[in-house]
Amino acid sequence: MKVDWALFWPRILEATGQTIYMVLLTLIFGAIIGIVIGLLLYVTRENNIMESKVVFTILNILVNIIRPIPFIIFLVALSPLTRIVMGTTIGTTAAIFPMTIAAAFSIARVVENNLISIDPGVIEAAKAMGASSWQIVFTVLIPEALGPLVLGLTFVTVGLIDFSAVAGTVGGGGLGHIAITYGYQRFDTSVMIVTVVILIVLVQLAQWLGNTVSKKILRR
Amino acid sequence: MIEFSDVSKIFKVKNREVKAVQNVSLKIEKGDIFGVIGFSGAGKSTLLRMVNLLEKPTVGTVKVHDTDLMKLSPKELRGLRRNIGMIFQNFNLMTSRTVAGNIAYPMKLEKVPKKEIERRTKELLSFVGLSEKAKDYPEQLSGGQKQRVGIARALANNPDILICDEATSALDPETTADILKLLKRVNAELGITVLLITHEMNVIQEICNRVAVMENGFVIESGDVYDVFTNPQHPTTQRFIQSVNQDRPSEAILKEWRENGGNHLYRVLFKGSTTHTPLLSEITQKYGVYFNILYGTVRELQQQMFGNLLVSFEGDERAIKKAILELQQIVEMEEVVVHES
Repeated sequence: MKVDWALFWPRILEATGQTIYMVLLTLIFGAIIGIVIGLLLYVTRENNIMESKVVFTILNILVNIIRPIPFIIFLVALSPLTRIVMGTTIGTTAAIFPMTIAAAFSIARVVENNLISIDPGVIEAAKAMGASSWQIVFTVLIPEALGPLVLGLTFVTVGLIDFSAVAGTVGGGGLGHIAITYGYQRFDTSVMIVTVVILIVLVQLAQWLGNTVSKKILRR
Repeated sequence: MIEFSDVSKIFKVKNREVKAVQNVSLKIEKGDIFGVIGFSGAGKSTLLRMVNLLEKPTVGTVKVHDTDLMKLSPKELRGLRRNIGMIFQNFNLMTSRTVAGNIAYPMKLEKVPKKEIERRTKELLSFVGLSEKAKDYPEQLSGGQKQRVGIARALANNPDILICDEATSALDPETTADILKLLKRVNAELGITVLLITHEMNVIQEICNRVAVMENGFVIESGDVYDVFTNPQHPTTQRFIQSVNQDRPSEAILKEWRENGGNHLYRVLFKGSTTHTPLLSEITQKYGVYFNILYGTVRELQQQMFGNLLVSFEGDERAIKKAILELQQIVEMEEVVVHES
């Protein structure tokens, strides 16, 4: 069966737009939630500025439970909650909810790891200068970790493009949906190749952008 | 200014107690450059961190400006910390900020107006001699330059106390000397009381007027630098002083001296004004005795002279005895034992 490319290109473009939309919104919400969780994981550690065994243990267990679940299973398992929050489980916007949750917990670990690598001496110096715990978070921890954090977020973004393809197979739309319906179910290799090429280009763009921004921040 | 009263700090490490600081009482007066020296693990770093309560004493009180630090609210404590500058062995500058940004940081915490921050940053940069480096990032600086930035940052909010955590230990000897000079200026020109910890006796010798020696958490000796240097009591103190002030040649040299007929070897300590008179010549001439300086140093410490010489006496036995008796009226002397092997 041959595809009518004149009709098909607009569909590919639309799907690309959907993929970018899913990835971008997920990245924004996931980063906000993930940075908050990551910061909390870091500051509530033993001997740290807001030490709290309860908060740390709960967050740590939560992250450890959610992160290893394969995304396709997580997506399905979360669907009752998705329906409550988003009103539906079908469509591009609905896919953003499970993607955001999964991304947030990945980002949380990335943020935590970046913060751990900050020299504790710098934090001690800020304390000695009379900085409060919140001032340390916003004027020391975040600026000092920003460079590696951008690289970490870039890494997660590439993963999100993967997530979006998975979400596409269960009604999320986007390039994943196209690839599955045309490439897998109708054995149309040409469509498959086009979507793969677009996905590769998207990943390259994301990586280039992340490298450029982090280079600016890290000055190397 | 700073007063430790019977302060102890006990850390619990895996069900084991580590007594980092034990029963320390010390008073640092306004205008002092007070040095605490000790080998690593002696507890000096913990002691220093109790001045701004980065470490809380387990027992005892620490007072700064007659205020008991343990009685301050968190907010009052932050206010006090802004009044105490601190510099570190590894500088602890923020990599995300420029030199000027690092110096401005404590003023931003104090909500100093932007114009004033700019003015003060310029002033501080010129004080530490880094005016051209304002826009550089810490990784572009040498160790000595980083420590200068650290000092400028610590001075930003016009503190009256500066505490230094092994501030020169990561620097080469030449840079160390520069930083010590700068600290001396901080003390003399700005009237800032300095409390420093170090494991290098030359730091104490260069700039401190008072010193405390720590070992196993205890302060084993303290006092004026001149007194401690010229008359150390504790063996550890003596070891530290020997590290900068070798006071005995090798045994091989002493043996050679003995083989050449040497018989009367004395350590003679000249303190203060006794270095100004030709004491040895006068008295040896009087008794017709010869003297020979085998080894020793004469140095300036705290604007006072101090000589520590190994002197060999030759001549008539009885005359030597008399000369030594007379010398002992004026200077400290003791016979040096040369081990026969």
